[in-house]
Amino acid sequence: MLDPEVEDVLRTTGPQVLGALVRRHGQFDACEDAVQEALLAAATQWPQDGVPDNPRAWLLTVAGRRLTDAWRSESARRTREVAVVALDPREPGPVTGEDDTLTLLFLCCHPALTSSSQVALTLRAVGGLTTAEIAAAYLVPESTMAQRISRAKQKVRAAGGRFVEPGPDERADRIDAVLQVLYLVFTEGYTSSAGAWLLRTDLTAEAIRLARMLHALLPDDGEVAGLLALMLLTDAHRPARTDATGGLVPLAEQDRSLWDREQLDEGVALVTTSLARFPAGPYLLQAAIAAVHAEAPTAQDTDWPQVVALYRVLAHVAPGPMVTLNQAVAVAMVDGPRAGLDLLAPLADDDRTAGHHRLAAVRAHLLELAGDLPAARTAYREAARLTTSLPEQRYLDARAARLGEGR
Amino acid sequence: MKYMLLIYNRPGFLEELTDTEREALFGEVGEIMAELEQSGELVGGQALADPSTARTSRGVGGRAVLTDGPFQESKEQFAGYVELDCETRERAEEIALRWPDTRFGGAIEVRAVMQDSGAEM
Repeated sequence: MLDPEVEDVLRTTGPQVLGALVRRHGQFDACEDAVQEALLAAATQWPQDGVPDNPRAWLLTVAGRRLTDAWRSESARRTREVAVVALDPREPGPVTGEDDTLTLLFLCCHPALTSSSQVALTLRAVGGLTTAEIAAAYLVPESTMAQRISRAKQKVRAAGGRFVEPGPDERADRIDAVLQVLYLVFTEGYTSSAGAWLLRTDLTAEAIRLARMLHALLPDDGEVAGLLALMLLTDAHRPARTDATGGLVPLAEQDRSLWDREQLDEGVALVTTSLARFPAGPYLLQAAIAAVHAEAPTAQDTDWPQVVALYRVLAHVAPGPMVTLNQAVAVAMVDGPRAGLDLLAPLADDDRTAGHHRLAAVRAHLLELAGDLPAARTAYREAARLTTSLPEQRYLDARAARLGEGR
Repeated sequence: MKYMLLIYNRPGFLEELTDTEREALFGEVGEIMAELEQSGELVGGQALADPSTARTSRGVGGRAVLTDGPFQESKEQFAGYVELDCETRERAEEIALRWPDTRFGGAIEVRAVMQDSGAEM
């Protein structure tokens, strides 16, 4: 098997090579297939033949050959293109790397695609994961994932997606789409079962890796920095999130000595410098909130008024039911559970949240704090009934059961 | 999001169809499956053997025993399933509405599949 360092080289070089080929030839889907094959060839041959002196050139050559082979085996109208490539002895220009990877990311997050297609395409073309690895991560058969990626590429082509940097009006939206994709990958990776975690590709690590890469490419974007910080600060909890039997441990009860100090320190530092440099967008604000928790040695030490203040800004900048739900929990810690419940009241009529398990779960928690145990129990059971997450369901059922004891 | 389509129909209903009706039905199922495969939404699916060949394990007088026949005595029996990974519940329901068995007394139950991932509580 490949040395992890070599695998890293492959996964970083892959998208750069893809970028160079697409820049030269267009035909994103054909180039992506060719690079994918070259990566698989490298993974097979390098352990036997040794790593080449210039891995990039090797990949570029092999992918280039696969591409021309693919064109040759197509219909006659391709002949002219093949002849043009054959006549021009120039290799594609020097692999600059960085610009191409960013453009590639933008292309993979094309607005014509559904978010799950954007995710699949990004993980393959930019993340350098194999189809099999992505399929395993999302618990679908490899053929299903292969089809999803193939369709995504066709859609990009049909929508006229070109390998150029998006214009200034589109750019902000496209960055938003990329951030959303990375966040989706991160949250999907947040599984509690250690067994499942071992079998599935570590999506949280992949999301953090891609977020770091994006941050290096766009060092002056506050939201990019914010997302990276949010991921680091959230992932730092991982060692404390589950108990010995795999059950969920809520934030307030986690053993903070188990939190990953390095990730916390990096996340907090990033938040601090970013808040000083950039206007605060939603990801940066969420990261700032996570940083407040990170700085509290115990749950009791949490600076809740600071958290409430940050949620107030977040609710102003990016209002929405999920923000309100989290805000209500923080408000309850400062002004009492009834104040938190008051904040939740309008959500019962909001289509987006009425009947949603998360609303029931937060209500249950606040009702329990308020001492209304029968109502809390009912709400916990409703949340347990509605959720599709097994670990959450277990947790909520346990909360409900605790309130039922001896009553 | 993953959804399961649970297909219930009346055992033997196929035999009562004309050849044309039967072929049309298989054709429709084939079309839907091809569409789901094409779109990358199909995760899996199986048809099950006739319910009359089932045996059921259940508790009788404190012991588990096997009895002949399916779990429930009912006209409609569980015949098989299709597992989808699609963007919305509505999409899964759309497929369920198209499934041809419903024209012959069958029913398709749609339910989300539980996930292993969990958010921080």
